Amino acid sequence: MVSTAVPAGGLIEGSAVLKSHLRRAERTRKLRAVGLVLPLFLFIMVSFIIPIGVMLFQSIYDPDIRTLMPNTAAALDTWDGADLPDETVFAALVQDLAAAQKEKKAALIGRRLNYEMSGLRSELVKSGKAAMTMTAGPYKDQMIAVAPIWGDRATWAVIKRAARTYTPYYYLSSFDFEYTADNDVVAVPEGQAVYKAVFVRTLGISLLVTALTLVLGFPVAYLLATQPPRIANLLLILVLLPFWTSLLVRTTAWVVLLQTQGPINDLLMLTGLVDERVQLIFTRFGTIAAMTHIQLPFTLLPIYSVMKTISPSHMRAARSLGANSFYAFARVYFPQTLPGVAAGCLLTFILCLGYYITPALVGGPTDQLISTYIALFTNSTVNWGMGSALGTILLASTLVLYFVYNRLVGIDRMRLT
Amino acid sequence: MALPAYATPLERKWHVAFRVLCVLVFIFLVIPVLIVIPLSFNSEAFFTFPMPGVSLRWYDEFFGSERWMDAIKNSATIAISVTFLATSLGTLAALGLSRAGFPGRAAVMSILIAPIIVPVVISALGMYFFYNTLGLISTVPGIILAHTALATPFVVITVTATLTGFDHSLTRAASGLGARPLTVFFRVILPLILPGVISGALFAFITSWDELIVVLFIASPETRTLPRQMFSGIRDQISPTITAAATILILLSIMLLTTVELLRRRSEKLRGIRP
Repeated sequence: MVSTAVPAGGLIEGSAVLKSHLRRAERTRKLRAVGLVLPLFLFIMVSFIIPIGVMLFQSIYDPDIRTLMPNTAAALDTWDGADLPDETVFAALVQDLAAAQKEKKAALIGRRLNYEMSGLRSELVKSGKAAMTMTAGPYKDQMIAVAPIWGDRATWAVIKRAARTYTPYYYLSSFDFEYTADNDVVAVPEGQAVYKAVFVRTLGISLLVTALTLVLGFPVAYLLATQPPRIANLLLILVLLPFWTSLLVRTTAWVVLLQTQGPINDLLMLTGLVDERVQLIFTRFGTIAAMTHIQLPFTLLPIYSVMKTISPSHMRAARSLGANSFYAFARVYFPQTLPGVAAGCLLTFILCLGYYITPALVGGPTDQLISTYIALFTNSTVNWGMGSALGTILLASTLVLYFVYNRLVGIDRMRLT
Repeated sequence: MALPAYATPLERKWHVAFRVLCVLVFIFLVIPVLIVIPLSFNSEAFFTFPMPGVSLRWYDEFFGSERWMDAIKNSATIAISVTFLATSLGTLAALGLSRAGFPGRAAVMSILIAPIIVPVVISALGMYFFYNTLGLISTVPGIILAHTALATPFVVITVTATLTGFDHSLTRAASGLGARPLTVFFRVILPLILPGVISGALFAFITSWDELIVVLFIASPETRTLPRQMFSGIRDQISPTITAAATILILLSIMLLTTVELLRRRSEKLRGIRP
C-alpha cells in the first residue's frame, strides 16, 4: 500500500517524500480503525451514556412546581421568608391552583410538595377545588379558611424551595438531611432517618458476603491450584456450573431451598437440629446465604488464577529451610496470593453493592439494599428525583471502587470464564 | 497435594479438616443449583423430600401455558436480535481497537466496557428516563436497544482477547497480494477469530436471555420475557412450574457455556497458546 519507489531526486529528498507517504498511510490506517470503532461508540453513547447522563440530570432537575405554579413561583421570588407572604402571592396562588385544577394537575403539585411536608397532598386537592370557585379577593383569608396550611410560614418555605428548577433537595434527603422553615439544613430526627440505615446495611451485607466468599473460596482455590490438572479441571466444573447458571435461576433455587416446607427445613428436621420448621425465606440469613452462593465463584476464580502461577518449589524451599508447613504457608505462599485475593474480593464487593433481584426475592423488608429503593422510587412511588439521587450515589461509589480495581488488576484483564 | 511422609500429626489433622471443608464448599456450590432439577419432576406441588411420585405435569403446564410460551417467544426474539446486533458492532469495534496506536484506546475502551461496570439498576433507571422520552418504553425495540448496550462489552472483551497475539502480518500479506479489505476480513481475519466471535455471540445471547432488571423497568405485560415471567411467578405464588422453567434454563446455560469453553480451547490451540 505504501509506495516504496525512491524518486530520482536524491536520497534526502526521497526520504522526505517517503516520510510524508508513510504519514499519510498511517493516518488512513488510523482513520480506518476509528471508523471501525465509531458505530459501537455512537451506539453506546445513545443507548447507554446519554441515559446515564439523563439520570444524573434528573437528580438535581426539579421543574414541576415552576411549571405548574408559574405565577406563585414568580411572586415568591421576592418573598423574604420572614412572615406570611402578602396578598399578591395569594392571588397568584389562587390563579395557579384554579388553572392546575382545570387541567387536573393539582394532585401533581400536591405530590411534589408532599415529599418535603407530608399531608400537603390532600390539602392541595382541597384548595384546588376551592380556588376554582373563588371570584374576588382578598384571597389571603379565604385560602387560610379553606386550608390552615396556607397560614403556616413553613408551607410557603416549602413552595419557595420547590420552585427552584435545580435543587440539592434529593441529595440532602438521600443523606437524611432536611430543611427547616428558615431554610437551614438539619439532620432528620433519629426515628425518621431512612437512608443512612440503608447505606450502612448495603455496606454491611456486602462486606459480610465478601468475607464469607473469601473464607469459603480461598481453601477451594488452593485445593484446585495444588491438584494435578486433570482433577483440577474436573473440580473446576463444579465451580463453573453455578457460575454459568443465571442469577435468577440461582435465586429461584434458593427461594425453593429456603421454603418453610422446603429441603433445608427437611434436612434440619431429619437431623433433629430443630423441633419445628423454622422461617428461612424472607430473612437476613437467607439473603446472605443466597448472595454468598452467587458471588462465591467471582471471588474464587481470580484467586485460583493467581495461585496457579505460584511455583510449588517456593513452598518446598521454605520447608527444606526448616519452616513448618503453617509458617511456610503464612510467610511464603499467602503473600503471593494477595493480588488475587484483592481482585476477587473487590469484584465481589462491587457487585454486591448493586444487588437487587436476590434481596427482593429472598430477603424480608429489612434486608433490602440500596438498589431496591432506587427501583421503588422509580416504578412505584414515581419520585424520580429521589431514585436518581440514590442511583448517582451508588454509581459514584461503584466507579471509585472500579478505579481502584483497575489500578490493581486492569479492567482489560477482567476474566469472563 | 499429597501430604509428605514427614508431616506432623497436627499437619495431618489439618489436612483432613481442609479436605472436609473443601467438600462442604463444593456441596454448597452445586447442590442449590441441582436441587431444582429433581423437584421439577415432583408429582405434587411441594418442595419437600422425599417426593411422593414422579411426573411431567409441571413441564406439561409450562409448555401448555400461553403466558410462558409468549414469554419464551419474546425472549427469543429479543435475544436473537441482540446477538446479531451486539456481535456485529462489537466485532468491528474490537478490530479497530486492536490496531496498533489507536488514539485514546484506554478511554474509548472504558466507555465501551462501561455497561457491564455500572450496576444494572442504574443503567435501567437511566434507560427508563431516556427511552421514555423516545417512546421506546414497553416496546420490543426498546428492550433490544437496552440489552444490546449491556451485551456488547462481552463481545468486545472476547474478540479483543482473541485478537491479542493475532499475527497482523497475515492481513498485510493478504492486502499485499491484492485482496480488498472486505476479502481480507472474510477470508483471513474472520476464520482466525471465529471462536472468539462465537463466544462473544453466545455471551451476548445469554446476557439478553437472562436479563431481568432492565426488563422490570421498561417492559410491559405484552413484552414480558422469560425471566420477567419467572420473577412474577416467584413473587406471587412459587409453583413447581417455575422449577421446570429453571431446569430448562440450567440445561440451556450448561449447553451454551460448554460450547464457549470448547471454543476458547480451540482458539488457544489455533493461536498456539498452551494453557
